[in-house]
Amino acid sequence: MDPLDIARWQFAITTVYHFMFVPISIGLSAMVAGYQLAWLRTGNTQWLRLTRFFGKLFLINFAIGVVTGIVQEFQFGMNWSDYSRFVGDVFGAPLAIEGLLAFFLESTFLGLWIFGWDRLPAKLHNACMWLVHLGTLFSAYFILAANSWMQHPVGYDYNPETGRAEMTDFAAVMLNKVQLVTFPHVVLAAYMTAAAFVVGIAFWHLRREQALDPTSTESGMWRKATRTGAWIVLVTGLGVAAIGDVQGKVMTEVQPMKMAAAEALYETEQPASFSLLTIGTPDGEQEKLAITIPRLLSFLATGTTDGEVKGIRELRETYRETYGQDPGEAYYSAGDYTPNIPTTYWTFRFMMGLGFLAMGVATWLLWATRKGRAPVGRLLYVAVVLLPFMPLFANSMGWIFTEIGRQPWAVFGLMTTAASVSPGVSATEMLISLITLTAVYGVLAVVEVRLLLTYIRKGADPVAEDDLPSVRTDDDADKPLAFAY
Amino acid sequence: MELTTVWFALIAVLWMGYFALEGFDFGVGMLLPVLGRSDRERRVLINTIGPVWDGNEVWLLVAGGATFAAFPEWYATLFSGFYLPLLLILVALIVRGLAFEYRHKRDDTTWKSRWDSAIIVGSFVPAFLWGVAFANILRGVRIDAEMEYVGGFFELLNPYALLGGATTLLLFLTHGAVFVSLKTDGPIRHEARALAAKAGVAAAAVTVVFLAWTQLQTGTGASLVAFGVAAVALVAGLVALPAGREGWAFLGTFVAIALGVAGLFLALFPDVMPTTLADGTGLTTTNAAATAYTLKIMTVVAAIFTPLVLAYQAWSYWVFRKRIAVHHIPEPVLAGRGS
Repeated sequence: MDPLDIARWQFAITTVYHFMFVPISIGLSAMVAGYQLAWLRTGNTQWLRLTRFFGKLFLINFAIGVVTGIVQEFQFGMNWSDYSRFVGDVFGAPLAIEGLLAFFLESTFLGLWIFGWDRLPAKLHNACMWLVHLGTLFSAYFILAANSWMQHPVGYDYNPETGRAEMTDFAAVMLNKVQLVTFPHVVLAAYMTAAAFVVGIAFWHLRREQALDPTSTESGMWRKATRTGAWIVLVTGLGVAAIGDVQGKVMTEVQPMKMAAAEALYETEQPASFSLLTIGTPDGEQEKLAITIPRLLSFLATGTTDGEVKGIRELRETYRETYGQDPGEAYYSAGDYTPNIPTTYWTFRFMMGLGFLAMGVATWLLWATRKGRAPVGRLLYVAVVLLPFMPLFANSMGWIFTEIGRQPWAVFGLMTTAASVSPGVSATEMLISLITLTAVYGVLAVVEVRLLLTYIRKGADPVAEDDLPSVRTDDDADKPLAFAY
Repeated sequence: MELTTVWFALIAVLWMGYFALEGFDFGVGMLLPVLGRSDRERRVLINTIGPVWDGNEVWLLVAGGATFAAFPEWYATLFSGFYLPLLLILVALIVRGLAFEYRHKRDDTTWKSRWDSAIIVGSFVPAFLWGVAFANILRGVRIDAEMEYVGGFFELLNPYALLGGATTLLLFLTHGAVFVSLKTDGPIRHEARALAAKAGVAAAAVTVVFLAWTQLQTGTGASLVAFGVAAVALVAGLVALPAGREGWAFLGTFVAIALGVAGLFLALFPDVMPTTLADGTGLTTTNAAATAYTLKIMTVVAAIFTPLVLAYQAWSYWVFRKRIAVHHIPEPVLAGRGS
């Protein structure tokens, strides 16, 4: 096998895997902090129970996100050393800042939150979780700024002497127009994912408790979690879609090939119709079946119903004229400027489809549970239990789309993926790495999911009125800790 | 001072912090089977580092990120060159980190003993391999004219590097034992103290040989001073320990590790990854560095945020300053499978 293929598979597997846990961490840290705040404000122990219950699930999830993140920090150097040399001056800075601003904040204050129930005053303890959340937002901002630079390099100069991209404007890198639409899109999707996770679990409990006693405090608690979560899914979902629309226009401007690839649009069209479903040969020679919405693609890409959207064939020629003139220069050579069309076409559809489906399920659930109603239908039950997977996989699809859609570039217009791989690492070494990490990640996935299911089934522990969190005093010196590993 | 020198120093500080902090985490992990005979004792050990280990590990991630930003060539050559040892370290850190969080989540003997193994192996492997890696950086490896490491895996396992591995391993073991004696109470505290004294003698002997070898190889006046202070701190710490001055002992091993690492960086400067090939290109603070512009931006960010990070990390140590004993460990939160 070619080292390039192995390195790409490893990056895909480790990154998609890592990003299964990250959105839940981002969103759930805010929701857990919110539950805790609601408890502090109202004194209602239902919120405290939700804090602890979802807090545990958050920690199980967060831990695996943290440890898989370590690989992300180092694999650029390990498998993509030529990339690292070429972009380090620009790309390294956000990574380093992410560590300094985000990782320290997350790890230190999470330690304080986990172990701090009986050592910190309640408000300060709650503030720790909000700071964890702030850390996750910092982390998202800087890593997305780094990625946005790969999609649309700005604020740099190519220095032929050193053969690398060199930063000239840090603010431009941080406020890249791609970044400004990507960050809200990704973060809102993270809230949506975490809320869907909460709703799936809470509704599962709600159904069981309602069957016993629909008026119990138990039912009331899960109802709160279900309905607040469903509202978050719906509202953030609308936000994700609205920003996604703006993203489409930015993408058409800076990476027109990606927009064409998203649609498998081979010929330039004006106005362009949006394909709901097209089945054809991968090279686009023949369409066997096509269901389209007239003018919608024009609107998505340009904001007008009769805008021109360039097709793959025309763009391929344009790209060849722009980038293909200098095949001798390693960083400026690529055979074909078309990404893998079936992948971009289908991931784009699944991303949007799963997102809209999740919003639909959330709306249905809100309607069905309005004014204290207790729905018993089987179909709704199945849909809600599946709800957590919809935004979760939509995230993966979005990332696969945007990364595959950038190909053959690692840094758009500047450096190809083929030129990025480590020249000094053998295929054997890379294969050892790929197999080891995939095996370890596979085992950990099984362990993690089973542990989550155990804790989900166990439900929220009751809280005795005389057992509310309180700060240890010297009289408590010999009492067991409120929490220990 | 040139910004490249500033960043060389900052990266040295990050590694000093990483080894002095996560060093005792590794030590505690390695001592799990020795000092923790019952499940409760093991939980006492794990809980001494429970709230802080993750923050300690971030020093490594920031060292990695800072190297990427300030010396991209160094980041590229080092991590693609020392590929398999780094992979081993990463896997070790993955399973070890998860073990802390997952171990107590089931009250099941098999489950716990598997995670214990993950903690033990996951602590030994990096404790040894970091020493191997740094010794190889100091000694120089085969790097060709294109700045690519061409030495292969087994060349990394030379005698000097293995001695470096033994040094970090024994130092971290001692550091961990001293930390346990500082943070626990009851029989475990006394056992840790006795063990630290024994491990400390072995650590001191190996450390002195390794540092002397390094000094003869590439040492400077400055590195000699750092090594000297490190050796004195280590001995002073070991002397303070039997007298029951655990805080002073911990300060001793902490300073010994931090200054030992500082000495290694002083002995390395201005190289960052020297080559042993006559026609190779060794990496230096000059030819591996990012541009002055990037370094300037990074310096401003570091100057603002590093004091803040140090302040809140120190505060978290203050919050969790109390000793832990067996009777502080609460009952298991969750009974075995199927409950």
